[in-house]
Amino acid sequence: MPVGAAIMTESRQVVARRERPPKAVALISGGLDSMLAARVVMDQGVHVEGLNFYTGFCVEGHTHAIRERKSKAPKRNNALWVAEQLGIKLHIVDVIDEYKDVVLNPRHGYGAHLNPCLDCKIFMVDKARAWGFMADNDFDFIITGEVMGQRPKSQRKETLPLVARESGADDRLLRPLCAKHLPETLPEREGWVKRDELYNFHGRNRKPQLELARRLGFTDWAQPAGGCCFLTNADYSAKLEDLWQWRGQRDYELDDIMLLKVGRHVRPSPAYKLIIGREEGENRYLEGYRRQFIALRPLSHRGPLALLDGTPGADDLPLAARVLARYSQGRDTARVQVSVERPDGSGEVLEVTPMPPHEVPEKWHI
Amino acid sequence: MKCPKNGISSLSWQSVLVSTARLDALGLLCPLPVIRTQNEVRDLAAGTELEVLATDPGALHDIRAWCRVHGHDYLDDQPCRDPGCGSDQAHFHIRLRVSD
Repeated sequence: MPVGAAIMTESRQVVARRERPPKAVALISGGLDSMLAARVVMDQGVHVEGLNFYTGFCVEGHTHAIRERKSKAPKRNNALWVAEQLGIKLHIVDVIDEYKDVVLNPRHGYGAHLNPCLDCKIFMVDKARAWGFMADNDFDFIITGEVMGQRPKSQRKETLPLVARESGADDRLLRPLCAKHLPETLPEREGWVKRDELYNFHGRNRKPQLELARRLGFTDWAQPAGGCCFLTNADYSAKLEDLWQWRGQRDYELDDIMLLKVGRHVRPSPAYKLIIGREEGENRYLEGYRRQFIALRPLSHRGPLALLDGTPGADDLPLAARVLARYSQGRDTARVQVSVERPDGSGEVLEVTPMPPHEVPEKWHI
Repeated sequence: MKCPKNGISSLSWQSVLVSTARLDALGLLCPLPVIRTQNEVRDLAAGTELEVLATDPGALHDIRAWCRVHGHDYLDDQPCRDPGCGSDQAHFHIRLRVSD
């Protein structure tokens, strides 16, 4: 930001501060830390609103609900639920397209899998800055629930200042849970928040957060197993790598990354892979794609729906049908009829011998 | 104030003229239906009734929660199987009223 613009922004903030309470936009993931961070600042009299970004890779209750319709886990959007607990507005922003560059070209590289955590954090704070400081929204600073040392890639002592710098948020980025480990920020200097009432949490130990949650009266919060992003999941990342490899280009559309969350992915040939529903919910979800892919389903026996992603030759279909028949209730019979339905409505019925499990090479499973 | 044509009161006149809008969120998984709802509501005048069509049952919960945090009125929801709505899958009609 040019120096002149920075001064104007600062002076606008000071003027605005006289006329209204300070305003902060909080990145709300739906987990405990961002909920605590927002509440700590709210308790100091700051007007807080939440911001949540949808990248397409988010692990949400409803994504799981594709599979687990009968699950007792609450089918809620955790970010919205947190906003309700805090009594704040939540703005959810679709960043699917813009986020592609973060996934495909992370300047700071990947974590253990295809998770570009540091670039992701910079991207989100930058988006919060652009959204929050625009004239219509007029927020004064940004809050995140980061804790120094909690994440090996994005929440280290060295990377927290880097996120502030590269996002352009600079000293208008406040991390209330670990602020005492960091230099003073603008909201502290301006007296909008008291540094004494911020925290010095550090490391992977969750006890301080749990104790603070108890003191603030929170008894429930989301604890997503494996984190809140599919890119931190080894199996998911392997499927995404496979997609890029066999398509011959590193790119994706939303449907691609949604389908990687669903079904059993089996690649009998470089020309195609099968996405086979694992239960009723997934079959229902895959049904929605049968106008985009060749769809296979057992006719003579009960069994899953499979989508065929790729460009199979005529000889490939019987093999695909045999693989699918192996997952049908006719798996132990001599013959299973499988319908093949093309997106244009044409189709055929194949009669095949189900492939015995030991004949399905392990390497076919993505 | 009376309606110049039939003389009904302004209150009744407004209720007759309540504006409506429809949003197609069929086939979208949450949170996309709630994001589309949020973006649609941004451009609607207070008092407008918005009908959202969604296949993901999670939209029932999410749009209701979103209405609560933003102060809009969640009116009702109805299941539907009419393919004429644009989907041959079971779906829902969700109605809300935009507040100030």
